[in-house]
Amino acid sequence: MARSLPHLVLRGQQPRWLTPVAMAAAVLFTVVLTAIPIRLAGANPVAAFERYLVRPLSSQTSIFEVLLTATPLVFTGLAVAIAFRAGYWNIGAEGQFLIGAVCVTWVGTTFTGLPALVAIPLGFVAGAVGGLAWAFIPAWLKRRAGIDEVVTTLLLNPVALLVVQGLLNGPWRNSSTGFTDSDRLGAGYDLPLLFSGSRAHLGLVLALVLLIATWWVMSRTPLGLRITSSGLAPKTAEFSGIPVKRLQFRVALVSGAVAGLGGASQVMGVQHQLTQGISNGYGYTGVIVATLGGLSALGVLLVALLLGDIAVGAQNASLVLQLPPQLGQVFGALLLLSVLAALSWRRYRIVWRRTP
Amino acid sequence: MPEALLELDAITKRFGDLVANEGISLQVAPGEVLAMLGENGAGKSTLMKVIYGLLRPDSGRLVMDGQELDIGSPRDAMRAGIGMVTQEFSLVETMTVAENVALSAVGWGRVDARATQTRVLAAMERIGVHIEPARLVSSLSIGERQRVEIIKALFHDCRVLILDEPTAVLTPQDIRALFTTVERLRAEGLGVLFVSHKLKEVAEISDRVVVLRRGKLVAERRTSQVGPEELASLMMGVAQAPLVDTEAAAALGMPRTRPTTNAVHRSSGPPVLEVAGLVVPREGRDVVDGMDLTVHRGEILGIAGISGNGQTELVEALCGTRSPRAGSLRVDGVDITTADVADRLGAGLGRLTEDRRGSCVAQLSVEQNLVLEDLDDYTRRGSLDRRAVRTHALAMIEQFEIRAEPTTPVGTLSGGNIQKVLLARALHRRPRILLAAQPTRGLDIGTYRYVHQRLEELRDEGAGVLLVSEDLDELRTLADRIVVVLRGQIVGELPASEATNERLGALMTGQDAA
Repeated sequence: MARSLPHLVLRGQQPRWLTPVAMAAAVLFTVVLTAIPIRLAGANPVAAFERYLVRPLSSQTSIFEVLLTATPLVFTGLAVAIAFRAGYWNIGAEGQFLIGAVCVTWVGTTFTGLPALVAIPLGFVAGAVGGLAWAFIPAWLKRRAGIDEVVTTLLLNPVALLVVQGLLNGPWRNSSTGFTDSDRLGAGYDLPLLFSGSRAHLGLVLALVLLIATWWVMSRTPLGLRITSSGLAPKTAEFSGIPVKRLQFRVALVSGAVAGLGGASQVMGVQHQLTQGISNGYGYTGVIVATLGGLSALGVLLVALLLGDIAVGAQNASLVLQLPPQLGQVFGALLLLSVLAALSWRRYRIVWRRTP
Repeated sequence: MPEALLELDAITKRFGDLVANEGISLQVAPGEVLAMLGENGAGKSTLMKVIYGLLRPDSGRLVMDGQELDIGSPRDAMRAGIGMVTQEFSLVETMTVAENVALSAVGWGRVDARATQTRVLAAMERIGVHIEPARLVSSLSIGERQRVEIIKALFHDCRVLILDEPTAVLTPQDIRALFTTVERLRAEGLGVLFVSHKLKEVAEISDRVVVLRRGKLVAERRTSQVGPEELASLMMGVAQAPLVDTEAAAALGMPRTRPTTNAVHRSSGPPVLEVAGLVVPREGRDVVDGMDLTVHRGEILGIAGISGNGQTELVEALCGTRSPRAGSLRVDGVDITTADVADRLGAGLGRLTEDRRGSCVAQLSVEQNLVLEDLDDYTRRGSLDRRAVRTHALAMIEQFEIRAEPTTPVGTLSGGNIQKVLLARALHRRPRILLAAQPTRGLDIGTYRYVHQRLEELRDEGAGVLLVSEDLDELRTLADRIVVVLRGQIVGELPASEATNERLGALMTGQDAA
């Protein structure tokens, strides 16, 4: 019985036109697919797409909102990307982010009278140290005892959340309102805003600096090549004299520190106090940002901006079009999955082949 | 001879430039054990994968019972009556023996546990083994697991059973038990294809033997009419006209006898590599069991031996990827027994291992791989000196005739070009001793010659070369001295001029205590 079935065959060379065509196909596919639930929710799909993607970029104010929303995602996405590049599967950016936030809150509510020039660097250092310390535990276990970091980093996330909740329900409960939020940090810790009339803050600048530094280290230095080799082919890297284990350990700590910086940035730049929802799942979204961004610095930036764009657009769409805000997440997730599929599809061509 | 059960007709399989199987024809008759001999890389595994539907041949036919088969998957092969037991078992460890056997045979609907059990016991009875069907696979020894695999194959009513290197993982007792099983199956009229590179076992179990070498079937013999020495020389392609593939040897331009000019170099210099009392364990066994070796400057020392006699582990201990249990390694007088890779390279060791793809990072470019082992030399003010890297890569590409751009990912290159990249990386450091393990395995004729030329140049410049090879032609052409290893020990040493095929073969098979 002979049937003709499609087979995927690896392309030797990718033609130039393929990438734009694949991207366009991905966007079209997403639009067609999400039009159905949007229509069912009683809105015009075209208007909704316009709200999701275009409207947030149409005014200065909303562009700043997009930047603000993207900032923590750049931190966590970068943290995850660095670790993944080295072959260390840090799924714990969420916990590291939270502990970074806890540490900056402790510093900011303890040493309240400091001037901004001292307070802001101190706050960032505290956040980095917190994230690093939280990342140290699984990294050390991995190096000493070979315990799988995927499990340990992941399991430490809820532990970190419990630490936050324990503090907010206990010693750190707000002294004036009694709510489960911490006291406000000293005024010196407030990150300066980048533009008047916007909420985008200095944290974004730090995120971009880290982004550029990462790009430079990974693509321009011997260290970057060593890290890349350790991630791609650990055995070969060992063969070539690269201390893979030690390198992964150190990268894990740096990754934790970057996530912790994200926590500090969010506390000092946006909330100015520790709240239970300070993270909003940024650490988990960071894994998505890093993976979809191809673990590259530029990719992380683009995906973080896109997710920020859609998040801002979804708020707007739910106000104006009465769409449930979750549809924004559906749209974003579907778009990213389609793009990912299109990117891997580029590497193959489809051949119809007879099978017995 | 009774009518053939399974017949291969001119099977050819290529991977890029590499011809893994070239026009291979053979037949397996019912009630016959056909042994297939060949070294690693000779094309045995590829041929087995073709028969079992894991690879499609580029041309040629598979015929079973006179009917042409179109096998696209192992499922098709099983249906046609072909069973295979590979070196890697496919058993679910957390299930019982009976469940594992049933698993391979279930269709839709529920599994009749009792009927399965009865059938499993019957199959065991048939081949003269007994394993409690209710035992978990995780509690079984390797030998027992292999028996379960055989039972699985029999469950599909296979009439041709392929055993791919079945003894590689077994203890001597398990080997005995396996042979009993094979004899029973033969008596029942099954055709058995026994793939191996162990001459003794082949001589003991098979009726007929075919020899594969560099992708071609080079000989077919009745087992009773051929001795181990002849088999060894057939397998390794030693000149022994008219039994060997003379055509291929001539195409390779290999001299039949050692050229006398080589004798000129042989006044060897001071020792550059000293291995003393080396013991290297692997999975609890001392695979290298007390080896002493010395390589001098301006000398190529060849190591001959049937694969699996400790050569790989010796190389790994030298490379620094496996720790010895005892003994010492010195390069140019410097002790490197426990040195890290950087210190080994610094001491003057160059490495060319048999695992080429494991020696480079496939996704990285040619230029990145070329500098991977000496990144510090290409660092300027903290960053990689990309211009220097590019210049170096272009120079290497020209000098070593690598067919690639500096930015081509190494993984997309052919085996020969990868070997040239690795050769360039090892040689440009001017090693005082080069370790070359199977440096030409699987390479085309051009690259084969090229690598030989480079190794000779290195020797002539005064470096030492330790050449580990399963290709006797190669050893006899290149080496100045040849030592023979057997079971992790050196069992003989010959100057290349006296290393005849017969003497080497006898030493390798342990039939001569020279």
